[in-house]
Amino acid sequence: MFSHLRTIWLTFLHLFKKKVTIEYPEEKVKLRPRWRGRIVLTKDPDGDERCVGCYLCAAACPVDCIALQATEDENGRRYPEFFRINFSRCIFCGYCEEACPTYAIQLIPDFEMGEYKRQNLVFEKEDLLIDSEGKYPGYNYYKVAGIAAGVKAKGGGETEEAPVDIHSLLP
Amino acid sequence: MPVLFYIASVVAIISTLMVITRYQPIHALLYLVVSFLAMAMIFLSLGAPFVAILEIILYAGAIIVLLIFVVMMLNLGKDTALQERQWLQPKTWVGPSILCLVLLTELVILLFRSPEVPMQVKPVPMRAVSIALYKEYVIAVELAGFLLMAGIVGAAHISKHRKKHLHRFLQEEAKGPQRRAEKLTMIREKESTEAVLPAEKKPVKKT
Amino acid sequence: MTVLQHVLIVLGVLFVLLNIAAGLIWVERRMLAMWQERLGPNRAGPFGILIVLADTLKLFFKEDWIPPFADKWIFITAPAIVVASVLMGFVIIPFTPTIIVADLNVGLLFFLAMSSLGVYSIVLGGWASNNKYSLLGALRGASQMIAYEVFMGLSLMGVVMMTGSFKLSDIVMAQKNMWFIVTQPLGAIIFFIAGIAETHRLPFDIPEAESELIAGYHAEYSGMKFGMFFIGEYLGITLISAMMATMFFGGYLGPAFLPPWAWFFLKTFAFILFFILLRASLPRPRYDQLMETGWKVLLPLVLLNILVTGAVLLWLKG
Repeated sequence: MFSHLRTIWLTFLHLFKKKVTIEYPEEKVKLRPRWRGRIVLTKDPDGDERCVGCYLCAAACPVDCIALQATEDENGRRYPEFFRINFSRCIFCGYCEEACPTYAIQLIPDFEMGEYKRQNLVFEKEDLLIDSEGKYPGYNYYKVAGIAAGVKAKGGGETEEAPVDIHSLLP
Repeated sequence: MPVLFYIASVVAIISTLMVITRYQPIHALLYLVVSFLAMAMIFLSLGAPFVAILEIILYAGAIIVLLIFVVMMLNLGKDTALQERQWLQPKTWVGPSILCLVLLTELVILLFRSPEVPMQVKPVPMRAVSIALYKEYVIAVELAGFLLMAGIVGAAHISKHRKKHLHRFLQEEAKGPQRRAEKLTMIREKESTEAVLPAEKKPVKKT
Repeated sequence: MTVLQHVLIVLGVLFVLLNIAAGLIWVERRMLAMWQERLGPNRAGPFGILIVLADTLKLFFKEDWIPPFADKWIFITAPAIVVASVLMGFVIIPFTPTIIVADLNVGLLFFLAMSSLGVYSIVLGGWASNNKYSLLGALRGASQMIAYEVFMGLSLMGVVMMTGSFKLSDIVMAQKNMWFIVTQPLGAIIFFIAGIAETHRLPFDIPEAESELIAGYHAEYSGMKFGMFFIGEYLGITLISAMMATMFFGGYLGPAFLPPWAWFFLKTFAFILFFILLRASLPRPRYDQLMETGWKVLLPLVLLNILVTGAVLLWLKG
C-alpha cells in the first residue's frame, strides 16, 4: 500500500522535470556523424565516381534494394551504368557500406526523405551521387589499385614499385 | 400523476409480453429490464421513491445482470433460438392463455363494477420504510437475513476447492526422485500397451 | 423556478458536461505526457487543444461498421446506454446552490441506481460483438462492476448516516463546518477506489485490458459508436470526481473570493487529474487480485466504517 502511494508521488514529481521531447520540425534532431541514414555515392578527390561496379553492395543487401549494372570506359575504368536504390525497401542496415571495397557507397546522417508517391523513393544514380568525398577524404581507389585505368600509370602509385620488366634478365 | 402511471403500466405490460415471446434469451432478459424500469416508474408515480430506486438498483442493476451473466456463460446461440421457436407452438400456449383470458375478463368486470375511487398518491418517506422494516417486521427481516446467509455459506461451500489439483508435471515432481524407478516401469508398461493397441484406441488416462 | 429556467439549466449542464468530457481527451493526453516527461499533443491550435476537434472529426469520418456476426440492435444500443446512464447520474449533482437539475429526496440512491445500470453497456456491448475477447471483457466487467457497486454504496452510507438524508444539497450543507473527508476518511478512500473500478479506468481497466483482451468489450466497435464508449468513460470520470467533491470535499462550498461554481469545478478537476495520475503511475492488478481485494479487504473495512460511524453517532447523541 505504501509503495503504491510512493509510486504515485514519484510519478507526480515527474511533472516538474525537464521534458525529453524534441519538437522536431522547429528543433532538429542532433545526428551523430556515423548515423545510418540516406545512402549516397561519393566521389574521389579528382571528382570521378568511386564506385567500381563490383556488385558487393547488391549482394550484401538483405532486402535486395540495390540494383546496378557495371560497365567500363575507354581507359578500362569500371563504373556503374545505372545504380538504383529502392528506399521504400531499404532498412538502413549499413551492410552495403561495410561491403564496399572503395568507400563509394556511404550512409549519411539524414533521414528527411519522405515522399507522397512510393515511386519517388526509387533513387537513380544522379540522385545518389554527391560532390563530396564523404567520410574518407583524400581516398582515391585507382591511385592505390594495381591497375591502370587512366588515373595513374602501372606502378605509379605511392606504395608501388615500378613494374618488373619481364624481358630483362637483370634482377 | 395518473398519466405517467398509465404510460408506465402500458410499457410494463408490453415489455413483459415481449419477455415471454422472444426466442433469444438475452433479448428476453433485456425486455425484463425494461419491465423492471417501468415498474420502478409505477412505484415512483405512486409516491414510493425509495422502493422505486431499490427496484432499479437491486433488480435491474444486479439480479438481471447476473442472469445475463449466466446466459452469456452458457453460450446460447442461434440453436437455442431455433429450439425455442420449435417449442413455442400454438398448441402449447393456446390452452393456458384461454384460461388466463377468462381470469382477465373476470378481473376487468370486477374493476369496472367497483365504485369509482380516485387513485390516492401518498408519498412514503424513507424513514417510514426503515421504521417499518426494523420495528414491525424485524423478525421477517432477520429471517430473510438468515436465509441469505445460508445461501452465501452454501455458495462458498460449493465453490471451495478442497482437492488440490496439481499439473501432471508437478505431480511427478512432488512424488520425489525415489519414485523414478516406478515411473520408468510405468513408461515401459505404457509402451507395451501402445504396442498392442492401435494408436486411436489408446486408453485415456485420467488425471 | 419556471419551466424555461429548468430547461435552460438542463441544456446548460448538458453542454458544459459534454464539452468537459471532450476536453478531457486533451487534458488526459497532455497530463499523461507530462508525467512521462513528454510534451503530449501541442500542434493543433494553442497548446494543442484543437486535438479534441481533430479526434472528434476522425471518429465521425471513420467507417461505422457493424460486424455481420453481431447482434445488430443490441450492438447499437450498448454505447448509448453508457452515455445515457452516466449523464442521468449528473442529474442529482448540485453544481451551485441553484444550479441542480433535480434535487431528489433519494438523490444518492438515484446516483447508485444509474451507475448500476451502466453495467449493461459493457455486458451487452461485449455479448453483442460475438467475439470471444469481447465476451471475456464483458464477463470481467460485469463481475467487477457488480462487486464494486456494493462497496461504493456502502462507503457512502457513513456520510448518509451523519447527514440523515439522501439529498445531495443537504449533504453539501452539512459540510459547512467540516468536510466529510475529515470524519469519513475511510469511506472517501473506498468510494474513490470503487469509483475507479466502476468507471473501469486504469489501474482497474480489466474489462478492456489491451495487453490481454485487445480492447475487451469494445474490440468490435469503430467510428462514433466507439466514440460513445470513449465519451462515456470520460463522463464517468467526471461524475465520480464530482461525487467525490460533493460527498467528501464540501461540494460548492468554499471561501467567498471565488464563486461556488468555481469551487466546485476546481475540486472536481483536482480529482480528474488524480484519475489521470493514477493511470500514469499504477500497473493493472490481476483479475483475481481485484476481486479478492474487493471482497476480502474493502467489504469488511466498509462494514467496519458503518459500524463505527453508527456507534459514534449514537454515543454523541447521549
